[in-house]
Amino acid sequence: MYSKKVLEHFTRPHNQGVIKNPSGVGMVGNPTCGDMMKIYIKVKKDVKKREVISDIKFETLGCASAIATSSMITDLAKNKTLEEALKITRNDVAEALEGLPPIKMHCSNLAADSLREAVRDYRDKNKK
Amino acid sequence: MKQIYFDHAATTPVDKKVLQEMMPYFNQNFGNASSIHSFGQEALLAVEKARMQVAKYFNANLNEIIFTSGATESNNLAIKGTDRAYFKKEKKKPHIITTTFEHHCVLETVKKMEKENLIEATFINPKKDGVIDVRDIKNAIKSNTILVSVMYVNNEIGTVQPISEIGRMIKSKNSEQGTGDKKIIFHTDATQAVAYFDCNVEKLGVDLMSMSAHKIYGPKGVGALYVKFGLDIAKIQDGGAQEFGLRAGTLNVPGIVGLGSAISMIRNQDSVNTKIRELRDYLVAKILKEIPDSRLNGSKIKRSPNNVNVNFSRVEGESLLMMLSAEGVFASTGSACSSGSLSPSHVLLSLGLKPEETHGSLRLTLGKNTTKKEIDYAVKAIKKSVEKLRKVSGNVLKDYYKNKS
Repeated sequence: MYSKKVLEHFTRPHNQGVIKNPSGVGMVGNPTCGDMMKIYIKVKKDVKKREVISDIKFETLGCASAIATSSMITDLAKNKTLEEALKITRNDVAEALEGLPPIKMHCSNLAADSLREAVRDYRDKNKK
Repeated sequence: MKQIYFDHAATTPVDKKVLQEMMPYFNQNFGNASSIHSFGQEALLAVEKARMQVAKYFNANLNEIIFTSGATESNNLAIKGTDRAYFKKEKKKPHIITTTFEHHCVLETVKKMEKENLIEATFINPKKDGVIDVRDIKNAIKSNTILVSVMYVNNEIGTVQPISEIGRMIKSKNSEQGTGDKKIIFHTDATQAVAYFDCNVEKLGVDLMSMSAHKIYGPKGVGALYVKFGLDIAKIQDGGAQEFGLRAGTLNVPGIVGLGSAISMIRNQDSVNTKIRELRDYLVAKILKEIPDSRLNGSKIKRSPNNVNVNFSRVEGESLLMMLSAEGVFASTGSACSSGSLSPSHVLLSLGLKPEETHGSLRLTLGKNTTKKEIDYAVKAIKKSVEKLRKVSGNVLKDYYKNKS
């Protein structure tokens, strides 16, 4: 029922772990429904002075698709500008994983939301 | 790769001997058991032999065994049939008592009848150990109670219910003066009990008992319902007069032969159960010792010999199953994420667990051929998988509660 890509990311997740002193953190989900995701980002300015996600890591408690979407979004968002990262949608994540079972599209596809929360957290902290 | 099947409560492989006995009835003795010619009579003979085998195991009479398509149909027939027969006579709304942790085929049947305003229903919660207190059933009985339906062994947590005690209580209620004609009927879904517990209907004091062949090394799609002689129950499916007029439809001859064969092969129950129980206890002890933050769901003692249901905190069950499947260990979970409805296990919730405490559950159910070596391998795989998933989940749960407080 899961695509090969989902299984790949589930069994060997990319960028799993924690960033010490992150620029922003986003957490979504709740223990009642079962899927919880936390995304850490490190933001740096590139040569063009654009804010870029230089590092990204995740911690996820949840089903295989929750873990796979977390892993996939770290791949999609790494080295992207914040504007680019904010444009990543739930559908982009699902497509990059060669699809998710229909029933999992909503409940376990929280990675894009989590990333957006992390960017918002970074911007809140750096308000001038 | 190793393949360790620890999901015998879901289904079992058809025993070789059972399969052998079934084979001729597919294309050699393929007659319809209702036909008068010799092909039909041969099929009928095979069906009646199977009926005898089932009746013998249940300590029942031949005319008390109805073949069905499985436990779901047996349970539907038992409950709906009882209600229909009562309503036809009394034209009154009856009351049915069941439990909150029945299999869906009982629970959904009763809930739907309640919703359709056909019955009143009371759902009894088990105690924290997953066992129903007979006093709770007794206290729920009302003047219009016509049926009590309590499962013999819970399919998820394997806890065994005090069926004969409930049977005795109902019998004494029924003999009390003033009940008149109306007797409370006692039904048990014994699907997970056959082969592990005494299914003697006399000793249990049941009027109706359901079972399924594929849980006892028989084929899928066939089961039986014991209906005590003289009991008033109505058919729920219209058609031919098969099965004493209670179950219309051409008999599934090969399936019925398989059911009879499987049930007749249950022998030396005590010694087989002791062996399985010892392996199970070894498995539980090993998991609880080697994997931190794990706990057993349901009573340790009042439990089917083949059932383990453990909970691992900071792990989600579907992930765990998939990781185990990759290691060649096949099990089951009550996690919401693994269910089609995305709702957590009603059985685990009925024990008083919070939804978040149900996600990390793992059910391992052993079979007659399970070995100690398989258990050692499985525990190693479970330990490795739990550790890996806990690493992936990190502190996310702790952080969530920290942020909330």
